Amino acid sequence: MRTPWISILLVGMLTAVTATAATAASGPHANERYVLISHAADSDVWWNTVKNAIKQAADDFGVQVDYRNPPNGDLADMARLVEQAAARNYDGVAFDIADFDVLAKPAVRVTAKRIPLVTINSGTQQESQKLGAIMHVGQPEYEAGKAAGERAKAAGIASFACVNHNAANAAAFLRCKGFADALGVDARKSMIDTGVDPTVVENKVSAYLRNNPRTQAILALGPNSADPSLLALQRMGLAGKIYFVTFDLSSAIIDGIRKGTINFAIDQQPYLQGYIAIAALAIAHEDSTRDPAAIIAKLKTNAAFQSRLREYALKPVYTDEGVSSGPAFVTKDNVDTVAKYAGQYR
Amino acid sequence: MSSTSSPLLRTTSKDPITVQSGAMQSSALQNDERVRRISPWRSFISRPEFGSIAGTLLVFVLFGIFAGHSGMFNLDGVMNWAQVAAYLGIIAVGACLLMIAGEFDLSIGSMIGFAGMMMAVPSMFMGWPMWASVLFAFLGCMALGGLNGYLVMRTRLPSFIVTLAFMFILRGLTLVLSTYFSNSTIVSGVGDKVSSDPVMSTLFQGSTLHGLFVWLAHTGIIDKLPNGEPIVAGMPKVLLWWLLLALGAGFVLSRTRFGNWIFTVGGDSAAAQNVGVPVRRVKISLFVFTAFCACLFGVLQVADVGSAAADRGLQKEFEAIIAAVIGGALLTGGYGSVLGACFGALIFGVVQIGISYTSFDSDWYRVFLGAMLLLAVLFNHYVRLHATRSK
Repeated sequence: MRTPWISILLVGMLTAVTATAATAASGPHANERYVLISHAADSDVWWNTVKNAIKQAADDFGVQVDYRNPPNGDLADMARLVEQAAARNYDGVAFDIADFDVLAKPAVRVTAKRIPLVTINSGTQQESQKLGAIMHVGQPEYEAGKAAGERAKAAGIASFACVNHNAANAAAFLRCKGFADALGVDARKSMIDTGVDPTVVENKVSAYLRNNPRTQAILALGPNSADPSLLALQRMGLAGKIYFVTFDLSSAIIDGIRKGTINFAIDQQPYLQGYIAIAALAIAHEDSTRDPAAIIAKLKTNAAFQSRLREYALKPVYTDEGVSSGPAFVTKDNVDTVAKYAGQYR
Repeated sequence: MSSTSSPLLRTTSKDPITVQSGAMQSSALQNDERVRRISPWRSFISRPEFGSIAGTLLVFVLFGIFAGHSGMFNLDGVMNWAQVAAYLGIIAVGACLLMIAGEFDLSIGSMIGFAGMMMAVPSMFMGWPMWASVLFAFLGCMALGGLNGYLVMRTRLPSFIVTLAFMFILRGLTLVLSTYFSNSTIVSGVGDKVSSDPVMSTLFQGSTLHGLFVWLAHTGIIDKLPNGEPIVAGMPKVLLWWLLLALGAGFVLSRTRFGNWIFTVGGDSAAAQNVGVPVRRVKISLFVFTAFCACLFGVLQVADVGSAAADRGLQKEFEAIIAAVIGGALLTGGYGSVLGACFGALIFGVVQIGISYTSFDSDWYRVFLGAMLLLAVLFNHYVRLHATRSK
């Protein structure tokens, strides 16, 4: 009885393998293969935009791109994935600096093989250089949190609750801390560790607000905490009465900004992090260069890239050191341009 | 010492002994099926680990077909997945012995995170030397394992529930410790502290046999990096720890009285108690051993990645149990082998990392991981069923 079952399973798997293998690129660079490694758990919706971006970059540059992540968001597993990328001899590797210490050693495996490296998302320019990366595309978490906190302080806010759906992540904590430091309050006392389950997030936020009715503001660290927090506020009749700030974007967040239940969102334009990382690696490979200025100059003249920017109304921030993807604040004034592509390309 | 006269061995994983004793018996016993002559091949294929060895071969063949040219089987690729298998193997050995004794430990994963924190906090924030922190972590974990075991034995509650509680408690304590001391969920800089302690870095950090690999690279047997260094700096120490632990546990399980007790206790703990096996002591010491394995995992990982974090070891308890089950251990206890668990860990490690070498969309990762595991387990089960069927 068991033999047919095994055969069916085997055949099913083999078919799936050939099906996925068939989606290869064509053209002069079709044999080039790049990888982008993130620290995010599978359930993190934010990285979907990056995934879409690297697919489009792969199409525009005619190369193949893999996306890899540790399913549980465990950074030690991410380190193994970076080592694995080196062993596989990719033509270029991009990853986010979720934690410098954890990734420093695996990054050496990549750079020792002279594989071009680009870092994205969290982490700083200095860390990126120490890792031997060509460039860093992202926004520093602490500074972004602080900028948002200063904006809130200007609006008269003095206390807040930080809804942290990823309490085990160092970057998430820095966002809270930046905001708290701007207001001059204790980050740990303002933090609600919620986990990712939306029901639990919602209940914990309402419980916190019942216990601390004087809370003036809510800081959500991403759609995973913003969406259920908003729901909690609506159920309690507090929507629009509490100053609500969130990191990143989702359909519910866009909707909240339109209705006025969310005051503003801090957007780091993830699309640019994914797209520019792959584009830079492809250019570095084609021109055999490691000079960020030359790569960015060539990217600026790329027609496909410019048309993507126009299509999704994205504005990369070109600096002396390279290029940043954010931060940008999304408010009622500019929400409509962002709304159309929220969660997919914005 | 050995099990020739032990009527308690419910399931025998030691058929060779039966063969030896069978040969010594008189002809009057020729018809007794317990002492019948068994060919070495049949005795090999009816061992608990045979299925997982066959499963491992199957997995290697599949990845050989789909990822053969991707670098997965180059030396640095092999070291990469072998390391993943070794980490899992360390906890799988502990989980396997405990499962043979009929108990579970669901706190393994949280214990890994907690062990890292117990090692990091005293050394980074209290000025302890690294060796003392590591010792403290091991003693602390083993005490917690002992507490787990004591509560299970004392209350007669299923270990599933007791250790589930500790899974949450320890995960929470890990987060509390790290945010209290470092104001962050990650304690960095531990790796450098380990490097500055000669004994700890020799035991837990980096790789060994560097000279051998340099020589191999020099003679051209293995590849070189552009800077002339060998492609792999050496044998990661985690692999040696895994080997050591597996050999030790394998020896105890199959060659000592304590090993027999483990089987007996898992087969029928009431019967074991009645014939004088110290059931409580056996089970509690296995909880302690499992905690030791989890701690070893945690310490090695912290020394390797350089930091302790609140999210280390998430869901590793399930991976350890899966590895033991792939390796032929029964969820009901009384049957299994250390070698099998090691092959189970190898299967899991190869599948986990191997998927990244194929061109799968990462969204499908868990689907394929699950399918591959199911395939390995079914194949394993099917092979064992055929192998052990009497003719």
